[in-house]
Amino acid sequence: MEATKKQKLQKIANNVRIGIIEGVYSAGCGHPGGSLSIADVMSYLYFEEMRVDPKDPRCPTRDRFVLSKGHTAPCLYAVLAERGFFPKEELKTLRKIDSRLQGHPDMKHIPGVDMSTGSLGLGISAACGMALSAKVSGDSYRVYTVLGDGECQEGQVWEAAMFAAHYKLDNLCALVDFNGLQIDGRITDVMDPTPFDKKFEAFGWNVIVIDGHDLDQIEAAYTAARAVKGKPTVIISNSTKGKGVSYMENAVEWHGAAPKEEQYKIAIAELTGGKCNG
Amino acid sequence: MAEKMATREGYGKALEELGEKYDFVVLDADLAAATKTGVFKKKFPERFFDCGIAEGNMMSVAAGIAATGKIPFVSSFAMFAAGRAFEQVRNSVGYPHLNVKIGATHAGITVGEDGATHQCNEDIALMRTIPGMTIINPVDSNEAKAAVEAAILHEGPVYLRFGRYAVPDLTSERSDYSFKIGKGMQMADGTDVTIVATGLMVHLALEARELLAKGGISARVLNIHTIKPLDEEIILAAAKETGALVTAEEHSVIGGLGGAVTEYLAAACPVPVLRVGVEDVYGRSGTVPALLEAYGLTAENITAKARAAVALKK
Repeated sequence: MEATKKQKLQKIANNVRIGIIEGVYSAGCGHPGGSLSIADVMSYLYFEEMRVDPKDPRCPTRDRFVLSKGHTAPCLYAVLAERGFFPKEELKTLRKIDSRLQGHPDMKHIPGVDMSTGSLGLGISAACGMALSAKVSGDSYRVYTVLGDGECQEGQVWEAAMFAAHYKLDNLCALVDFNGLQIDGRITDVMDPTPFDKKFEAFGWNVIVIDGHDLDQIEAAYTAARAVKGKPTVIISNSTKGKGVSYMENAVEWHGAAPKEEQYKIAIAELTGGKCNG
Repeated sequence: MAEKMATREGYGKALEELGEKYDFVVLDADLAAATKTGVFKKKFPERFFDCGIAEGNMMSVAAGIAATGKIPFVSSFAMFAAGRAFEQVRNSVGYPHLNVKIGATHAGITVGEDGATHQCNEDIALMRTIPGMTIINPVDSNEAKAAVEAAILHEGPVYLRFGRYAVPDLTSERSDYSFKIGKGMQMADGTDVTIVATGLMVHLALEARELLAKGGISARVLNIHTIKPLDEEIILAAAKETGALVTAEEHSVIGGLGGAVTEYLAAACPVPVLRVGVEDVYGRSGTVPALLEAYGLTAENITAKARAAVALKK
């Protein structure tokens, strides 16, 4: 990746992280940890990879995105706002009564949200349905989904994994955000869903393992996925939960908690200082 | 009268016939032969997708298909479509109000010998709690076909409930028959009591009407194929004009048609309403006639409840 492009994406990802913190802080609750861990991949998806148009969010030929780990909506909203689907100022209405920005993504009301999600395991199946639909009608759009690592404890993820390989959904690209933590602790302590690579491989997927904060690797993975025919691709994205805010990094307590005022100030200071932008 | 036929047969035939006219896809979970979607599969293999024994995934896949603008019919037994996949119906289909048509067969105890694990007497109750869900329980194969086309033309999720057991044709030779979602049909008039029936209970209600007539009681019989949205107009008229009602359904007495009618009338026009249905128990194995008898889904039980309802009138 050339330097100017990388700088641009790093700036975007940093803005997205700021948007996450603004949203969760304003709401007084939410899920910052897993939102911050996907900020780099989400920024790449919405600014480089996917064909989407903020002026025509329902365009039938657009690429689709399903946030299967729907609780990390603060990141999706921040990246959509950054991309121009709605005003950034609206991020501060997150989770408030009468706001469009529901605690989990709501496709009926939020421009740019392609599927309502939140209940874990359901999103990847919906993404499979979209990819199958494109195959049926010969449409060229691609479908992207992002899953949590803990989410992979849901049996439906593996039902969907079977389905996608069975129907050779090479227009589907999933990403597992492997940050290693879930609400109750380390995923390997709670209920070990690893190894992800071998499991998906056994289910018939093309598997790519990357550092989820390395934009070169993110770009290489999504580019390679597009060239794979006859099978879906999953990117196992090794990431840091809470990435970009020092006290949130690898700290399980920031899975689902909002910063207090002092913590908020520290987070914003760190992010605007440009110290932690991947 | 045409020969008896299960409503699932009408479902399969409708998919096959309407497949030419409308652009929809069909999903099933390894039950295509039983749900009758296999008929469609044979004719339109490129529009049929077996999802294997994974109903939760299938329901969310259907939601994804609908999100791209296509209409998916998604089929399994009622137990698995409404039961196993309830949460997927609620969150993937219902919450975003996606245009998914759920064709649930083998509903109720007339599944027969397979017994309690497969006899779903709770699906209407479950589906009724989902905002925006339309629920249709056709009376016969002919009505099943009409319901499938109406579901295609309806924008939003529809739960179509079909049975395994062959039932009499009550509609195809009626000149006054027409099908409209949410519009009940008066099958026979009466003045003393109204039997509000759905599905295979309608023909038993008509038998009960004959039995009641012998005892000097005039019973109106309604076919309520659409349980949600309920035809409140026809129910209210029945309450006002006959003063007592009996609901009859092959479903739990909790939360189904009986639930819908009593919830409505308690506020709109409180009159005696007694319910015929599966009491708060599980089913069991047996032949269908033996099961209908054992669980009180009979003309005789409807008759007894109708007499009791009339006696409760002030």
